Amino acid sequence: MKILVALKRVVDYQVRVQVKPDGSGVAIDGVKMSINPFDEIALEEALRIRDAGKAEEVIAVTIGPQQAMQQLDSGLAMGANRGILVKTDKAIQPLTAARVLAQLVEKEQPGLVLLGKQAIDDDCNQTPQMLAALLDRPQATFASKVEIDGQSATVTREVDAGLETLSVDLPAVISTDLRLNTPRFIKLPDIMKAKSKPREVIELDSLGVESGDHLSYTRYEPPAQRQKGEMVADVPALVAALQAKGLI
Amino acid sequence: MAEGSKASSKVALDPTDLYDTRSMLSDDERMVQDSVARFTDERVLPIIGPCFDEGRFPAELIPEIAELGLLGSSLPTEYGCAGLNAVSYGLICQELERGDSGIRSFVSVQSSLCMYPIYAFGSEEQRQRFLPGMAKGEIIGCFGLTEPHGGSDPGSMKTHAKRDGDDWIINGAKMWITNGGLAHVAIVWAMTEDGIQGFLVERGMKGFVTKDIHRKMSLRASVTSELYFDDVRVPDANRLPNVRGLKGPLSCLTQARYGITWGPIGAAIACYTEVLENTKTRMLFGKPLAATQTVQRRLAEMARRITTAQLLSMQLGRLKDAGTMQPSQVSLAKWNNCRMAIDIARDARDLLGGAGITTEYCPIRHQLNLESVITYEGTETVHELVIGREVTGLNAF
Ligand SMILES: Cc1cc2nc3c(=O)[nH]c(=O)nc-3n(C[C@H](O)[C@H](O)[C@H](O)COP(=O)(O)OP(=O)(O)OC[C@H]3O[C@@H](n4cnc5c(N)ncnc54)[C@H](O)[C@@H]3O)c2cc1C
Repeated sequence: MKILVALKRVVDYQVRVQVKPDGSGVAIDGVKMSINPFDEIALEEALRIRDAGKAEEVIAVTIGPQQAMQQLDSGLAMGANRGILVKTDKAIQPLTAARVLAQLVEKEQPGLVLLGKQAIDDDCNQTPQMLAALLDRPQATFASKVEIDGQSATVTREVDAGLETLSVDLPAVISTDLRLNTPRFIKLPDIMKAKSKPREVIELDSLGVESGDHLSYTRYEPPAQRQKGEMVADVPALVAALQAKGLI
Repeated sequence: MAEGSKASSKVALDPTDLYDTRSMLSDDERMVQDSVARFTDERVLPIIGPCFDEGRFPAELIPEIAELGLLGSSLPTEYGCAGLNAVSYGLICQELERGDSGIRSFVSVQSSLCMYPIYAFGSEEQRQRFLPGMAKGEIIGCFGLTEPHGGSDPGSMKTHAKRDGDDWIINGAKMWITNGGLAHVAIVWAMTEDGIQGFLVERGMKGFVTKDIHRKMSLRASVTSELYFDDVRVPDANRLPNVRGLKGPLSCLTQARYGITWGPIGAAIACYTEVLENTKTRMLFGKPLAATQTVQRRLAEMARRITTAQLLSMQLGRLKDAGTMQPSQVSLAKWNNCRMAIDIARDARDLLGGAGITTEYCPIRHQLNLESVITYEGTETVHELVIGREVTGLNAF
């Protein structure tokens, strides 16, 4: 079995994101970029499945500008067998990403597609579901535990009521949640070793996918400044203060 | 006002990297930095305060440090090492020392002072025997050069080795030796009839004992020891065959000092980041402490000096990778960057007020550690005199 993992290049989670002065977007020049943390978890899971002997190959895919090769490099240094960069300078929306991934799935025929439940930049949480729909394959979202048993996967999902366990037939699409695993550290010798791993670059335009924008972003604003708090002496004063604000 | 209004219409710079030195790194170098940074954040910072308080080196980190590839990272892959360039080694030092100088010292000693001489001056048999185990952290080394009577003048060493058939007999003592008590093998520099030579003295050889130095107020999360040699019999196979004279140990020091130019940048960034956050949120006299002119001048001074140090080390690393780095260039950066970091740590301690005297905050720990870092691998004065000699051509030692 092959596993296809999608990795998105996003502003690192530790960076204090700044809105561009003209409100047209978020500043990314000179800002530290990383693999979307949920995708990193997906890759870690794929590597564990492979290393347990339940898959032969892990293919990392990213859609983005040439610089997204950095994230592919990281994925290969973590342990993916080969990488595919679908190159475009345009910002990619979920449906386009899903269409691109669907094409790669047709070509590579992986038994499993693993990807983060959402990207921490736009928080869309749509690509995995759209991909499953386009492929007409089973999906299991928000996985907190994945077990591969032959022709199916048992997936535990975190839902409001607690834990839900699904069994999906393979091939399937699984999206990963935060508590699935802790991604490994990149070992420095593996950075050098990963240099010889195959990397394929495909121009997005050459795939012939419909890539028109379905959403238009009108304006970005930083969140409102937090108001200064007020210290209260004791619980009765707290209750009174909350009542005065009509909150209880 | 022009500056003020301009500033509001652009994106703020990263306060810890005002000149965007990260853009001078290759993708590989960035990956190295990020990986070690994560190790420091997740493994070192949560435990290092208590380790310092207790005077304990966290030896439990050694397997992970080794697995990450941080030991002997610049040596070739055929010996189980990572084969990285000099800038990567610098970034390793910087990120480790953002955690603690003690952790960085462990790696500096193992990599630059122990693995490097075995690689550079050892026989192929010695390389095969020691380097892979040292890269795995299974064999720990220490470097014995300094003696009790005067570290700045290593040429006057009293420890000596006398030939006895196929063996050597070593007598003497070494002082202030990092990793001494942990070490399985000591690289010992001793006077012989043919000048200074290096010997691999192994734990368990009769007459070789180590004694840890206690009551340290600095590098408390690091082992510092004395080494004693009483008629220690060492086979000639344990002598480093390919170097004679002071240039042996000095060339190791050049490697280690190069890394040490980067390390204190990490310590300084840790102190500066903490005090920046603190002074921006601490309200005194009705406004944030950081909104006063004198505090801003002090923070700006920290930013200026960190930026300068970053540029010095970056260029030094590029020279080293190009094979043209000169020892006196290392001296300038070691001097500048240690002084920069200790001044910032002391000032950050002060800006934290009373809170700054506890190890709940990092500046006092870094400040105390940097007292060692500014002393070992050539004191500040020694490096000033190296630059003095470089520019005048006159030796003033
Ligand atoms: C924590 C720690 C770890 C260490 N680890 C190691 C190790 O692993 N291996 C090792 O071999 N050594 C190690 N050292 C030793 C270190 O390198 C020496 O302490 C250092 O070289 C200074 O030597 P010294 O302590 O004998 O001081 P001295 O050489 O006696 O110097 C005393 C003072 O005199 C000044 N001075 C010296 N010469 C001159 C001059 N010509 N003109 C004006 N002033 C001068 C110095 O700058 C200093 O201020 C370590 C030291 C410490 C503190």
